[in-house]
Amino acid sequence: MTSVPRPQPGAPHPYAFPEVARAALANGLRIAVSRMPRLPLVTVLALVDAGASRDAREAEGSAALTASALGEGTKRLDGADLAEQFELLGTGLDGTGNWDGATVRLTVTPPRLEAAIVLLGEVLSTPAFRGRDVERLKAERLAELLRLQAEPRALADAKFAEFLYVMGSRYAIPEGGNLVSVRSLDTAKARAFHNRYYTPRTTTLIFVGDVTFEQATLLTERALGAWSGGVPAVEAVDDRTVSETRRVMVVHKVDAPQSELRVGHRGVPRRHEDYFPIMVMNALLGGLFSSRINLNLRERNAFTYGARSAFDWRRGSGPFVVSTAVKSDVTDAATREIIGEITQLREETIGDGELSLATAYLDGVFPIRYETTNAVADAIAIAEMYNLGEDYYDRYRERVRAVTIADVRLAAETHLHPDELLVLAVGDANAICEPLRQLALGPIEVHEAEEQGASR
Amino acid sequence: MQVPVESYHLPNGLLVTLSVDHSAPIVAVNLWYHVGSANERKERTGFAHLFEHMLFQGSAHVEANEHFELIQRAGGTLNGSTWLDRTSYFETLPSNQLALALWLEADRMGALLPAMTQQKLDTQRDVVKNERRWSVDNQPYGTWWERLPALAFPPSHPFHHSLIGSMNDLSAASLEDVAEFFLTFYTPGNAVLTIVGDFDRDEARMLVARHFAPISRGTTKPPLDDMRVPAKFGSWRREVVEDDVMVPRLFLALRSPVFGTDAYYAASVCGAVLGMQRGSRLHRALIREQEVASEATAFTYDLSKGSDLLVVDVTARPGVSVERLETAVSEQVDRLRSDGVTAVEVARAVALIETAFISALQSACDRADKLSQFATYFGDPSLVNAESERYRAVTAKEVSAFASERLGEDNRLSLVYVPRSWNATVIA
Repeated sequence: MTSVPRPQPGAPHPYAFPEVARAALANGLRIAVSRMPRLPLVTVLALVDAGASRDAREAEGSAALTASALGEGTKRLDGADLAEQFELLGTGLDGTGNWDGATVRLTVTPPRLEAAIVLLGEVLSTPAFRGRDVERLKAERLAELLRLQAEPRALADAKFAEFLYVMGSRYAIPEGGNLVSVRSLDTAKARAFHNRYYTPRTTTLIFVGDVTFEQATLLTERALGAWSGGVPAVEAVDDRTVSETRRVMVVHKVDAPQSELRVGHRGVPRRHEDYFPIMVMNALLGGLFSSRINLNLRERNAFTYGARSAFDWRRGSGPFVVSTAVKSDVTDAATREIIGEITQLREETIGDGELSLATAYLDGVFPIRYETTNAVADAIAIAEMYNLGEDYYDRYRERVRAVTIADVRLAAETHLHPDELLVLAVGDANAICEPLRQLALGPIEVHEAEEQGASR
Repeated sequence: MQVPVESYHLPNGLLVTLSVDHSAPIVAVNLWYHVGSANERKERTGFAHLFEHMLFQGSAHVEANEHFELIQRAGGTLNGSTWLDRTSYFETLPSNQLALALWLEADRMGALLPAMTQQKLDTQRDVVKNERRWSVDNQPYGTWWERLPALAFPPSHPFHHSLIGSMNDLSAASLEDVAEFFLTFYTPGNAVLTIVGDFDRDEARMLVARHFAPISRGTTKPPLDDMRVPAKFGSWRREVVEDDVMVPRLFLALRSPVFGTDAYYAASVCGAVLGMQRGSRLHRALIREQEVASEATAFTYDLSKGSDLLVVDVTARPGVSVERLETAVSEQVDRLRSDGVTAVEVARAVALIETAFISALQSACDRADKLSQFATYFGDPSLVNAESERYRAVTAKEVSAFASERLGEDNRLSLVYVPRSWNATVIA
């Protein structure tokens, strides 16, 4: 064939993040509405300041259990009837939580919106928490925890957090709780958690899609105008780490064909002045397919199917971690390469091309991230959760473009700490311990995969 | 609700589908090649997927990994996917970058082989082997998606063998295999190109012609082995697998009408009545009432040739024996077969399916994928606009008739995972 030269881009077409209109009811409940009339769909997301970071000590998992139990029935409707009512409207009710918020979400076609909001209001303000339902969800969570012990990826994530944060830190235990804490939960605890943390003053209803502001506020007023409650007292999460020296942890899994590797340390809180430089720095370190870590481990060395780095953004300092799964016999080599890439980013200035790869990607991909009603609702929820400001998404792209090579270097020097890395490998200890020891990174501990009290 | 669709063929056989949507400055480019693991030679299992990796290793005018870099630098997202009967490649970009995506796709469709080297093949072979370890070998229940088709289709059938492939077959793959596969299957006549989003249709037609029309028609692919199988298994097949798992899990599969036929929609609704979300029969009975399962769903493979599979996937609660789990699932399937479904159950299922379908049209990438699917299987992407109506037309009577015909004991296959016993010997 004849060769056609590589095309140049045309002029970009304008884009603006969907406008958000806001209101509040007299009881303090906030409403945010973003009109996206392209398709006959409306996503409604109730965001409640009742995430896992609100869990009491030794009752970890309360937030997740409470959020999922919301869908199990109201004072008027039992769980099966409630599920059927929603599903006849074409939607499930998805109650879930993350570290800094609980979310209850539904998506319906416009003619079904009114009925769905009435049900949603009932769910938020008068959940039943019947004993049998809560006990069942608790048993399901315990079953999931057992299942995850056999699942190397989830096990690696959980163990990394457990070894990183001090005992007693909420961040040391998975969002949904562990075997010990979940066993301690019951109906009374779920009800108390709901009473304390689910109030109009902690709640924002986010509407995105084929809906008007007037319609959304009217429906919300009708469904939740009579709900009452105040602002609960809260404490910040203790996000201190166990140690600030380099350590190696091996979690033994008999005959594992791969090692799940996690290499990292404590990151920084979401509301941080260096957020944009850190995000750009991480994109070129391990956030993109064409990042240093992925190209090194996957395309140059073929150690893995993929490798990535990420800052886990929370109100407190969540982890920064490089994650990958590598063939057992290259566990040491992969670890060495990962630490090498982290170290090098601090010590060498990056090139223009590398910076622009990250900034052009983050700038250009922005509209693609917000094509769906769900994605826009999630974006509004994040801005709300971390109080990022009403113009956050309008200014996002210019702030990405403003990041310089010097900013990235400074972000790497300030926020990457090769001497404080926690190296965790879930794999066959008999095969990987000795090679890891040869790297002389620091003290090595070997642990068994199964938690105390686990039964088969 | 109608999606605008137009389609046409280039003289070299390429089927082009265009769907304009100016609501955001985004464009999705999606290519389906009508080749998947079904087209592999028996001693080259996994090759279609390995080949997909090779398509990201550059082409005549694109360096290794430059495809990824150019798309990401343009602010785009991209990936590829291999399935039993198709391989897809897709990117979503800012709409002013449409020409870049078309140029990249055309370069690899027209001139892949000059860029292929032994070293690239060796690297991607190892990457794929690691993908196999990660997604199959080191995952609890990870072998289910190669065991289930192996049980559901006879050894001679193109859907029988493993999509990810065996380590031995992956090791044996050569550069000659890459060339042969490319020349046989990656021809314009065996592909569908779909563009969705913010573009001018005349300009898009001109760009498609500029980049793809020079690609030669190439050879015609050889036909697949006979895909036909009886409508039912004819018996109740059962395989038990001891694995590194904590609790039993059951996959109960049955043969069902192929994707796109009228009978398919009744089967799909039947699957939703049985296992879609919390109001479904399996969830209500096994999770809520009997508390024997922690997860219970049903889904179809959506295969368009031979036979589709309707699969029930149920995970036991700890302490529940596999016998009890199987009995509980059988009871529900038997009851559905003997008593049929109600109009309310069908209304619930269709409402959920409709919301999910419209939701899947939201992103340009997903919309393009749907259009490519209908264009590849039926030559007519506008069938996407008939989907909602076809689901709404399904009656309780049709679903009950499907259940009565296909849910019997003469059409079941059980794939059962059980925890490895303490003194277990490794089974082959």
